[in-house]
Amino acid sequence: MPSMTYREALNQALAEEMERDPTVYLMGEEVGHYQGAYKVSQGLLARFGEKRVIDAPIAECGFAGIGVGSAMVGLRPVIEFMTWNFSLVAIDQIVNNAAKIRQMSGGQFAIPIVFRGPSGAAAQVGAQHSQALESYYVHIPGLKVVAPSTPADAKGLLKASIRDDNPVVFMENETLYSTQGEVPAGEHLVPLGRGDVKRVGTHCTIVAWGKAVHTGLAAAKLLAAEGIELEVVDPRTLRPLDEELIFESVKKTGRLVVVQESWPVASFGVDIAYRVQRACMDELDAPVEVVSSADVPMPYARNLELEVLPSADDVVAAVRRALYLV
Amino acid sequence: MVAIAKNDELKRVIDEEGNVVKGARPPDIADEELRKIYRTLVQVRVVDERMMRLQRQGRLGFYMQSTGEEATHLAVAALRPSDWVFPSYREPGAAFYRGYELEQFIAQLYGNAADPIKGRQMPVHHSMNWINYVSISSPVGTQIPQATGMAMAAKIQGKDDVAIVYFGEGATSTGEFHVGANFAGVFKAPVIFLCRNNGWAISTSADRQTAAKTFASKAVGYGMPGIRVDGNDVLALYQATADAAERARAGDGPTFIEALTYRVHGHSSSDDPSVYRDPDEPKRWQQADPLARFQRYLGKKKLWTPEWEEALRTEFDQAITVAHDKVANLPPPDVETLFDDVFEELPSHLREQKEWLMAQPRTKSPHYFH
Ligand SMILES: Cc1ncc(C[n+]2csc(CCOP(=O)(O)OP(=O)(O)O)c2C)c(N)n1
Ligand SMILES: [Mg+2]
Repeated sequence: MPSMTYREALNQALAEEMERDPTVYLMGEEVGHYQGAYKVSQGLLARFGEKRVIDAPIAECGFAGIGVGSAMVGLRPVIEFMTWNFSLVAIDQIVNNAAKIRQMSGGQFAIPIVFRGPSGAAAQVGAQHSQALESYYVHIPGLKVVAPSTPADAKGLLKASIRDDNPVVFMENETLYSTQGEVPAGEHLVPLGRGDVKRVGTHCTIVAWGKAVHTGLAAAKLLAAEGIELEVVDPRTLRPLDEELIFESVKKTGRLVVVQESWPVASFGVDIAYRVQRACMDELDAPVEVVSSADVPMPYARNLELEVLPSADDVVAAVRRALYLV
Repeated sequence: MVAIAKNDELKRVIDEEGNVVKGARPPDIADEELRKIYRTLVQVRVVDERMMRLQRQGRLGFYMQSTGEEATHLAVAALRPSDWVFPSYREPGAAFYRGYELEQFIAQLYGNAADPIKGRQMPVHHSMNWINYVSISSPVGTQIPQATGMAMAAKIQGKDDVAIVYFGEGATSTGEFHVGANFAGVFKAPVIFLCRNNGWAISTSADRQTAAKTFASKAVGYGMPGIRVDGNDVLALYQATADAAERARAGDGPTFIEALTYRVHGHSSSDDPSVYRDPDEPKRWQQADPLARFQRYLGKKKLWTPEWEEALRTEFDQAITVAHDKVANLPPPDVETLFDDVFEELPSHLREQKEWLMAQPRTKSPHYFH
């Protein structure tokens, strides 16, 4: 299998889908001449031209709306946000419009659009550039939400998202762009709504998506030294959610720690905890733990930032609580 | 696209040689004040060079320069200290002019224990309520309606304060610009919209932001005057701002000023402009350098000498070294401060999180890839 970065995997997905389907186009700030703020669209302008790789003026509400309008008449826009933080300027187009137009029009208008870009903290970019916003968007009926953690998933899920006939919120992560991984050669699609077990274990289940998968895997490595084996389940898609895969794992281990970069209150991790306690009450041996970011806007100072974000140590501590080892 | 156009509609007071242009009259500014304005221009230039060097040495995580655009910062010289500044990230001179200390400035860049905003914001996102300089917001355009809001509040409160809001030409594409300008027009808010047209928004050239011939023409649709000034002519900016403030205080509402200037360096320390623009483009700017022009003007008035220039540069160089030595190696903000200022009071759920956090060992691993 060829090895490539998460960034290259996304780039391949875009190029392949644009090649395959002339209705697919990419729009956002800096996507063309600059090759993308994080170089995800490297080479696409030269290959597909200015009609299909469009550098937008600074107006997220504008180009999100342009995308929605063009999707109504059969195009398949991929709208890049320089970061999901700036999608908040465009939230009316995403939440009030893209998510609802199919239903409000009695099924007359489909909005096959992908909104994509990095979400979550990178390193020291402060409160307005560091937010993990998946819990915002997963709350909204009509939106699919995807958060890949590996290059292979990034490629397969982006291709599937572009082909999906629904609006898809596709959340990448800045700290993952340069990570390397194997990606199946040839056509590689990962269906939305299907999770993946990233590590098999017996003592406790970790559910995490995006960057937090790696936090879970790091915790698994630490605990393996003590003979504690974590099973790390990556749902990959938050809506629709592969509940069965999660339930199956929890029924096996009897314990669950959800790891998320969201804030704790009204977050998706809490929603998973609710669903698991309903479905797996008999098999659960301990209360479900949810490890989240501290409940504050992200500070800039590195020492404070590290205190805010969920760390492998935090996961280890939560697993110990779930195993009654403290 | 090069922003430095020789455009007749452009308001100018002095030309590149520092001569007063035909038909213009320099604003009535006392000699000491002229020297203070020049001092501040030099301060920004020296600070930017030093801070960028620190960034390149890996000491600072991030920095944004404003070389070439310093004159726009000094629009605040035409305002009262009680007037409010809504800055973007590229006007440190407006803060220095109002007395922002180098120590505070540098500590903010480090985000350490001496940082006036407690390590909360990215470098160059200052906040100084004591000089009526509001907290800088990262999302482009956010502060435009806020400035209109402050101006409307002044009217409601019966004060004659005005607000000036700085933004780049790229920000005129945001929804907030149009909303803020429209409200200001409708309510005759005492606000000055100062658009720094520096030709670029990261890699996007100004002609991608508008199909209109000028940015100033946008003012027409909102029922306010739009004027275009040579943004490298500090006296033209002063005059335009003074006129706008006078109109605002007289109850005649907002003014839009397009200051034509040029972003000489990259967008930020993370940007490499050679990827997207002709490397010769910045060289053409040099003849328009706002410092050199004003210096020539002052020289002709016997208010500037090479000795003074040298003294000024030495003074700032030393002051930066002293301030840097004093604050650069201070510890980071105390972990205990993490939950402060989220709310006015510390609610019980945050008190619990704080107690829990303080009981943990302080040896946290990075949050990913252990
Ligand atoms: C809402 C939003 N979208 C995108 C960005 C990313 N961004 C930061 S600065 C910038 C360019 C701004 O250009 P301009 O307004 O011309 O100001 P200049 O940098 O030239 O001073 C962009 C696109 C942002 N900060 N906020
Ligand atoms: Mg600009």
